[in-house]
Amino acid sequence: MLEVKNLAKSYQKDKPALTDISFKVDSGKFVAIIGPSGAGKTTILRSLNQLIKDDDGQILLDGEDIRAANKAELRKLRRQIGMIFQNYNLVERLTVIENVLHGRLGYKSTISGMIGRYTEEEKREALELLDKVGLSEFALQRCSELSGGQKQRVGIARALIQHPKVILCDEPIASLDPASAQNVMKLLKDLTVEFNIICIANLHQIGLAKEHADQIIGIRKGQMVYNDVSENLSEDAIADLYGTAAVKELVE
Amino acid sequence: MKQPKVNAAKFLGKKRMMQTAAIAIIGGIYFISCLVLQFNTVEGIMSVPKAFTWLAVNFQPTPESMSYLPQIGIKLLETILMAIASVVVAAVIAIVFAILGSKVTGISKSMQIFVRGLASFFRNIPLVAWAMILLFSFKQSNFTGFLALLFMTIGFLIRAFMEIIEDEAGESMLALEATGASYFQVIFQGVISQIIPSLISWILYMIENNVRDATLVGILTGTGIGFVFDLYYKSFRFDAAGMTVLAIIIVVIVLELLSNQIRKVIL
Repeated sequence: MLEVKNLAKSYQKDKPALTDISFKVDSGKFVAIIGPSGAGKTTILRSLNQLIKDDDGQILLDGEDIRAANKAELRKLRRQIGMIFQNYNLVERLTVIENVLHGRLGYKSTISGMIGRYTEEEKREALELLDKVGLSEFALQRCSELSGGQKQRVGIARALIQHPKVILCDEPIASLDPASAQNVMKLLKDLTVEFNIICIANLHQIGLAKEHADQIIGIRKGQMVYNDVSENLSEDAIADLYGTAAVKELVE
Repeated sequence: MKQPKVNAAKFLGKKRMMQTAAIAIIGGIYFISCLVLQFNTVEGIMSVPKAFTWLAVNFQPTPESMSYLPQIGIKLLETILMAIASVVVAAVIAIVFAILGSKVTGISKSMQIFVRGLASFFRNIPLVAWAMILLFSFKQSNFTGFLALLFMTIGFLIRAFMEIIEDEAGESMLALEATGASYFQVIFQGVISQIIPSLISWILYMIENNVRDATLVGILTGTGIGFVFDLYYKSFRFDAAGMTVLAIIIVVIVLELLSNQIRKVIL
């Protein structure tokens, strides 16, 4: 279980980016964070694995506070938190399987990680995961040759091989065409259930959020204004988040 | 109709006036400089064809100048090897400093400032000055030329490598950090493997460049192809000097074609 308590962050003095964010997520649940651009969605997500250092609050993963961890402990905690990016953030020049295996780096000694030496078991698992995301025949191709949707699925496999408790998705479908976006969302939802993990995604598409997510968190100007199961997301709540004029456009 | 807040016609008119003024100022600076230096533009341009005619008549290699080829060949090879050696050593040193000093992989703010300072120090002392300074310590030898090229190349490559890292490696680096990988794992798996094509591209460019520069350094340090050029030139054997220049041009063009092929394969 992931529990966030009173998270706060400001980049400039007296201009809070986040104030008093608190929520709980159970294993096997898919959470969508929605809200206008610049509301603080990315800041929340990156605070969860401490890529951004927040100022105040608690982030408890199965009772362990990530914010209190020192450098070595943080590396260990990050292994349990996979991350997926809008721009995929793969090493484009390397092959698909090498990129998937990067998810194991946190578990390896510095030297064998540096030279990229992986065990047979890790390689077998990488292939299995590629099969699961539907890319097994691309394993030995360079990532630069893949389409956007395929790259994102490599990113998902890289996160899964970490054996994570949580997967964070920073705008996972913002650079994808509608069909690929639908595909990736469905894959994320299915994997969340299958591996019983927590999946937290920043999304701009409210329709897709309602369709796939179990829980929706609404952020506006750094404050949490909505937190409920996705069926309860009403047009009023959307209007509250984005402004009245946007409702019609966003809902359909 | 609502009145628009900005007056487009006025804005564009003002912009056009600024552009005209800028051109007028540049022209004015040129005119004043010519006056001060007593440089006559028309005469200057007119004498260009004359210079080329002189060059073509005096520097044209004759059948006899072929006999110089073995000597030129040996010195040219020496020069090429020196250029390659200086770039390879410089690249190894530069990548270490670039990683320590770039904005995305840098280890600390003070290290970033130090590396930037180091790069400009090496780069902003002209090659000729490096060669003259080093002459005192290392005399007229290949090593002096090697060091002069090395120092300048280090300066250039640190700067270029830092920019490559900042442009190309930020995203993959972030992803690997998020998996819990350690600093050295991120550097080797995420940064270096991502930027290798750009690194090689720059290294090839610097080799071409250093073959050209090695000629100049050779004149000062009395080594390599620069030395033989200087020798022929000062003993009025212009045909042999022309032969030397021709050989340098051919080698540089061949190197360029070769490195373009290599780039095509690796990219």
